[in-house]
Amino acid sequence: MPVEFRKDLFANERDDTLKEIGQPRIRQDILGHVSGRSPYYDDHLFEGLLHMRCVRSPHHHARIRHIDAGAAERMPGVVRVVWPADVPHNINTLLSLINFGRDDEALLQPSRVTYIGEPVLAIIAKTEREAREAAAAVRVDWEPLPHVLDVEEALKPDAPTVNGEYPNNTFDYHDLYDHQKLRFGDVEKGFREADHIVEGEYRMSPIEQAPIETCGAIAAPETNDRYVCHTATQGLFFSLAVTAKLLDIASSRLHFIGGTVGGGFGGKVDSITEPMAVLGARLTGQPVKFMWDREEEMQVGAPRGAELWRIKDGVARDGRILARQFTGFFDSGAYTRLSSYAVVKGTGHLPGPYTIPNVASNVYCVFTNRTPATAMRGFGITGVDFAIECQMDKVAEAAGLDPIELRILNAYRDGDMKAHRREAKNCALIECCQVAADKARWPLSPQSRAASSMTEGGVGWRAEIPETVTDQVGRIGERRRQALPSEPGAGAAATGRVAAGMRRDDRSVELPPQVADMAKEQERTGYSGKVDLPDHAAPASVQPAPATPVQRPAAPLPTQPPPPPPPPAGTAPSLPPAAQQRADDPEAAEQARRRAASRFISGTRRRR
Amino acid sequence: MTLCTGRGFAAINYPIGMNLGGDPSQALVHSTPDGKFKVALSSIDLGQGMKSVTRQIAAETLGVPISDVYVDTADSDTGPHCMGSFASRGTHRVGNAVIRAATEARRAMLEAASEELEVNAADLDTDGQGNIHVKGAPSRSITVEETALAAQFKQGRTLSGRGIFLIQPSEADPDTGEMSPVSCFAHAALIVDLTVDDETGEVDVTEINSAYEVGRALNPKLVEQQLIGGAWMGVSHALYETTEPYYPAREHGPTDFNDYLMPGPGEIVPHNIAILERPAEDAPFGGKGPGEMCANPVIPAISNGVYNAVGVRCHDLPITPEKVLRGIRANGGARPQGQPTGRR
Repeated sequence: MPVEFRKDLFANERDDTLKEIGQPRIRQDILGHVSGRSPYYDDHLFEGLLHMRCVRSPHHHARIRHIDAGAAERMPGVVRVVWPADVPHNINTLLSLINFGRDDEALLQPSRVTYIGEPVLAIIAKTEREAREAAAAVRVDWEPLPHVLDVEEALKPDAPTVNGEYPNNTFDYHDLYDHQKLRFGDVEKGFREADHIVEGEYRMSPIEQAPIETCGAIAAPETNDRYVCHTATQGLFFSLAVTAKLLDIASSRLHFIGGTVGGGFGGKVDSITEPMAVLGARLTGQPVKFMWDREEEMQVGAPRGAELWRIKDGVARDGRILARQFTGFFDSGAYTRLSSYAVVKGTGHLPGPYTIPNVASNVYCVFTNRTPATAMRGFGITGVDFAIECQMDKVAEAAGLDPIELRILNAYRDGDMKAHRREAKNCALIECCQVAADKARWPLSPQSRAASSMTEGGVGWRAEIPETVTDQVGRIGERRRQALPSEPGAGAAATGRVAAGMRRDDRSVELPPQVADMAKEQERTGYSGKVDLPDHAAPASVQPAPATPVQRPAAPLPTQPPPPPPPPAGTAPSLPPAAQQRADDPEAAEQARRRAASRFISGTRRRR
Repeated sequence: MTLCTGRGFAAINYPIGMNLGGDPSQALVHSTPDGKFKVALSSIDLGQGMKSVTRQIAAETLGVPISDVYVDTADSDTGPHCMGSFASRGTHRVGNAVIRAATEARRAMLEAASEELEVNAADLDTDGQGNIHVKGAPSRSITVEETALAAQFKQGRTLSGRGIFLIQPSEADPDTGEMSPVSCFAHAALIVDLTVDDETGEVDVTEINSAYEVGRALNPKLVEQQLIGGAWMGVSHALYETTEPYYPAREHGPTDFNDYLMPGPGEIVPHNIAILERPAEDAPFGGKGPGEMCANPVIPAISNGVYNAVGVRCHDLPITPEKVLRGIRANGGARPQGQPTGRR
């Protein structure tokens, strides 16, 4: 499997004379790994280690009438039965750490289970076998309830409610819509101008992260009234913060150790095993291990969630895509976890690495009665890339073009305007197409061979934000009262227009170094392209730290778009009414709602 | 029975770092009395090489050999905050935090050396071998070890640095979706050659030719392992894996690796890789983080190759023999789409 480095490409933007960077140095931890001596969390086998196992729901959706753990409690080796009431603050949502979404998931579910495998009780015993046997002896009186498993069924007005915090079975975006919108230009106009209309539907079933080391943690009481937790987490402070919140314990009393993990692939962000293990250590005063077995890893541990995408393209005779419309559904399962985030990330990725003048999409985070979904390698992108690239193959066929030539023809280039209203830079799609074609001896036309990411982009319409058609379809709760179309603009006349060129002053930029001494030395970064960064602007010489905070770009969060001009008769305001709604959302109410929010990872993103 | 050959193509880009920012990471760098540097982090090494790549970044920035740097992660009592290892943020965010911390430590180191050598710190440079010398006069030099000893025991100075890197948080617009998702993108294009058995519906990937653009290959061997492993995962996602084979029905869910299928050693595909490096201005030494994106182009390329081979558009992952066979039967037999473009 030869690997070839094409150092000839983009050579003028790179300094290749660095000493350590670019060298094939062996791993710092390789000796430990190959000799089997690197310590993973499961190697911390404390004296008197107890084992924790969960009692789980056998139903998609059921009310818990009664739990009888009496027999289990008396079984050999059982040290403690852990009830939902033992969890001091038994409600959380992962992204509360960045103030995104509402708390919707209990660590142990007290009243109503919403997926097969949802934990309702835990047993702590001296051996894993004793914990398993006792968990199997717990009797639960279930009252099965109607359930929904299909994302589009879940959107219907009469669908059973999965997640009580989101009674419409969709995550709420911006306190306004039941989906995330993307609108750029006018897709209907693009479709009218097109010679071909190409439509496709693309599905991806749930996928397991499948690490060799399953999720887990071992916690133990430490000296000085603290708890140590050895964990396989992918986010050490993420898991520490979730534990502090659920257990209502000062973060200073938690000592988390990890960093060497037997594969994560996104499945070790959810931070369930850590609070469970620390809770066990706290309730028993002894070391406790909570580790998923392979079945739990595959069927209870959150997978990469299923996705459903529909794409409609309007294509000109020469193969240029004039309009592209998406409808996307992320199956979040019973709780939010991280799917709400993937929807926005996926939306920012549309319409793929192509410059298309008219783009519209609606993407939904849908709750169903299945194992909650979470992150996995390519999160928010893998499913839609599958959809886009299969669609491109269909477009090539419809236009009678070679598939690679079609990509190069439509590829984004430096300076092009992307559908999320930011300029493309540092592009390299065309060059990848050319090099891959060469490697596979796939012939390209002279035009495709001569194309470059660095030329002909950002010119004329390619650089411009077009006048954009907007609508207000799909307000929160609206779909509960009546069936609504899910695709953008369908069945509802456009209700507004955003003027061409309209863009908020909301650039995402890296914040400058805290003090001048931290500023990168530009001549030592190995980058020789054009630079426009705070590090570059900071003085290179040694200077005392400024007494006042360094000047930062205007914070985007509290700002409101300028009030829209009075709308001309017959048209909606160019900016959404949401702006006004958000303005009077009181911060105090926000604080009250999240009384036990993490105290040490400050919120960076406020829901409005 | 016929083995139908097919060829499929796909191209992608991939956003680097957490969408919409707001995901800080910190690093602390300090020297021992004899001039060895410790980098304290709380970032996670999932096997992707987090410890190794931050070690190289610290060594390059400090201007010392990699053997004189050790990365200590992740202990919440000693490592400063990091959001975590996900969303292709490790190399970009943590790498930048390490550069800032190591830059401050380097400046302190050159200040200490300048006092010993009685020259201006701005006139000093490192040779990457453990020496600090006057620019243009390599003989006027002092070792990093001597510098650290002097700083510690004579000058009362710490050779240390702090770093934090944060892309300020932003938000998507509810009505237009306007947003600043990330600051740089990696790229890939990939061609899959495969065969489809028109009797069993089985797909066999025979060769992959790819080009991945990764900003800069900070460690070419780590990049290579990511791309090879990632392409394997792409094949696996495309043809084998799911926890719910009849989604949205929940039946027949696998519970172990006997039921949860993945390619074995016999299915590892010959893969010819080209690596392109267009450095991103805001990434550490331009490196974008190759790991997360590399499965993505394989999946649609396989689907497109199946169509090329037998004329079945299988747009429902995974592309199991059952689905392919049902498609072939619905078409009344395999319909090869002609000699695939550019086939050898």
